[in-house]
Amino acid sequence: MQEASAAPQAHHGPPEGFIRKYVFSLDHKVIGKQYYALALAAVFIGMILSWLMRYHLIYPNGKIFGLEFLSKVGAPGGVMTPEYYLSLMTMHGTLMVFFVLTNAPFAAFGNYFLPIQIGAEDMAFPRFNMMSFWVTLVAFLVLVTAFFIPDGPPISGWTAYAPLSAVGTDAGPGLGWGQNLWGLSIAIFCVGSLLGSLNFIATTLDLRAKGMTLMRMPLCTWAWFITACISLLAFAVLLPACLLLILDRMAGTSFFIPAGLVVSDRLQAHAGGSPLLWQHLFWFFGHPEVYIAILPSMGIVSHILVNSIRRPLLSAKVIIYSMISIGFLSYMVWGHHMFVSGMNPFSSLMFSFPTLTITIPATVMTLIWLGSLYGARIRFTSASLFALGFISMFVSGGVSGFFLAQPSIDIYLHATYFVVGHFHMVMGVASIFGVFAGTYFWFPKMTGRMMSEGLGKTHFWITFIGTYCIFMPFHYLGLAGNVRRYSSFVDDFLLPLMPVHRFITIAALITGAAQFIFLYNLIHSRFRGKAAPVNPWEATSLEWTVPSPPPWNNFGDRHPVVYHDPHQYGVKGSLGDYVMQDSPEKIENES
Amino acid sequence: MTRGGKAAAMNRTSAEEAARSGIWVGIAAITMSFAAFTSAIIVREGTDTSWHHMALPGVLYLNTLVLIASSMTLELSRRPVAARISRSQTAGQDGARSGLLWLLVTLGLGLAFLLGQYEAWRQLASQGLFLATNPSSSFFYVLTAVHGVHLLGGLAALGYLAGKLAAAAPRLRRSTVEATSIYWHFMGGLWIYLLLVMRTRL
Repeated sequence: MQEASAAPQAHHGPPEGFIRKYVFSLDHKVIGKQYYALALAAVFIGMILSWLMRYHLIYPNGKIFGLEFLSKVGAPGGVMTPEYYLSLMTMHGTLMVFFVLTNAPFAAFGNYFLPIQIGAEDMAFPRFNMMSFWVTLVAFLVLVTAFFIPDGPPISGWTAYAPLSAVGTDAGPGLGWGQNLWGLSIAIFCVGSLLGSLNFIATTLDLRAKGMTLMRMPLCTWAWFITACISLLAFAVLLPACLLLILDRMAGTSFFIPAGLVVSDRLQAHAGGSPLLWQHLFWFFGHPEVYIAILPSMGIVSHILVNSIRRPLLSAKVIIYSMISIGFLSYMVWGHHMFVSGMNPFSSLMFSFPTLTITIPATVMTLIWLGSLYGARIRFTSASLFALGFISMFVSGGVSGFFLAQPSIDIYLHATYFVVGHFHMVMGVASIFGVFAGTYFWFPKMTGRMMSEGLGKTHFWITFIGTYCIFMPFHYLGLAGNVRRYSSFVDDFLLPLMPVHRFITIAALITGAAQFIFLYNLIHSRFRGKAAPVNPWEATSLEWTVPSPPPWNNFGDRHPVVYHDPHQYGVKGSLGDYVMQDSPEKIENES
Repeated sequence: MTRGGKAAAMNRTSAEEAARSGIWVGIAAITMSFAAFTSAIIVREGTDTSWHHMALPGVLYLNTLVLIASSMTLELSRRPVAARISRSQTAGQDGARSGLLWLLVTLGLGLAFLLGQYEAWRQLASQGLFLATNPSSSFFYVLTAVHGVHLLGGLAALGYLAGKLAAAAPRLRRSTVEATSIYWHFMGGLWIYLLLVMRTRL
């Protein structure tokens, strides 16, 4: 028997042929771009859905051109039914949380840059990596198929609370095959995410270049690594939950459906199941999912900030420890989503403590970012503006979390627009700002061309102001008692709030339209942008030592050796005020 | 050794370590999934006032012995192959042959275990206990099926190893042999855990 050939077997040869190069590619960079393209498709579908919902909220009887073609039942004569509003809401949430917030900052950028940033040729298991993308794509296709079946998408929301999601068509439209497709899609998505996380962890642990100690990894690599650990354990719980839900729906089991449940005047033939069990399993995944969405953006923003302020952050180590603490604590707080679910009130108290505790590392990180900005001469690029915008969104959205973490206040605010405003800002928009920052920062490396800074800054300011105009009033609406998930507001106490809703809808239409500036910039720059140099931002990490775009094996025949951490800015180096990680030159006062 | 050779050797070591890390990470995920199933049983049992306990089919205990035996035969297969690879970088035809024999026995025992599980299902069905009959039977079918699917993955890996060992000029990495063994032993340990859970809770 012979030992393996001298070629490193974890990797692969140069891609040959169109299919291997661009479709079933083993190259982590192509897979990263594929994830990005999928997230881009999902985010535009999700955004158009939010437009439709916002339009319907201010014109409940208004016709929407083309909607009848999508669903004759859901929009007879082009007017959205209340049930179809819920269907669109479910799809909006599912697409955004799973296919955008999980895919873009983590799977897309992580796949592309994690191996390069640690000096590896590729991921540890390129075939698993390819599979993880294609499995995720199948999950996406299964989900959007729900739009085109007669019954339409499910109405149970992205959280698919049982028993609504478990009993079938008796409970409403979309709860037949629409809900089956939803469950199937999420189960498939879990498999893709598990494969991806496994790859991220093994790659980070074992394929680091010589000299690349854990503490020398860039902060975004740390964030992707911690996210992979969270994702591995979170999706490993959601997958069994989906399996049990599918069995309740299709095989007649009673995991989540209680005895004696009558829906639409029909006694359901199930006994003894626990709807709370679904909530426990779902939120055990669901809360860590919030950090799966936000941690990579925290890492990306830290990576970009240190480059923009041209000096080290106050403490990169504390940021790493904070991210680890957040990852650890994220598994102890799931019950704060269930304060009003009928749990024992003492359980609520027990979940409230770690929820308030998790704000400490988040606050520490924010203070480090802000403290590092103090007195800094910031290079204002599109990327750094979005990084600053991230901090703003994270703080503004995060502060409302202090209120919601307390059971007594949550009883009043639960299921109101206050909650919707909170999670859209702190998890949704903040994370997306991280993705925008990453896109403007890494686009030159990924494509070999620069994006238009003018268009980028225009995009930033409209998006930044627009998102505040949309989501800050949500908090006000919630405090005024405006419940969420209503398709129209006809109650007396809600009618005075309609002007606020009109304002939000106009802001949403304008902010959404501004995203087409980004799309144009992305496509135009890809083909017509100025050629990008190897290191346009004078950055220190390893991705800026390889050509733009990098070759198939990243470093060619070179095997990078790392001498410094990536925070060597504001020093005297041979290239300027920075020293690259693979530069052997000595730095004064380096810790 | 040339500089390129050193680098290649370093990368090979990294790849081997990645395979080992990968299998442990995979095991962590599977453990988490079964922890979720276990907590589901506990919560479901706690909220049900008319929980029906069931008698487990006797064949399960025989199946357990078969699976334990398969872990032993896998060790008999792994040791000569792994020892030869570490000693001389090549296991040679002798190592491959003795390894292959025990590996085929392991494969056979693995298949026998799955057939035994199928027999347990048949016995339950003959008593009128199906997937949706009561919560105990639901969890029984789900746990045994999900474990069986994971075990099929292990059988596929064993089949892959057997194919490699049977080749005229076999090329095999030590990490592949070790990762497969770790996974298979884990499947055995997991089954014993599940048997205990089912014995005490269902």
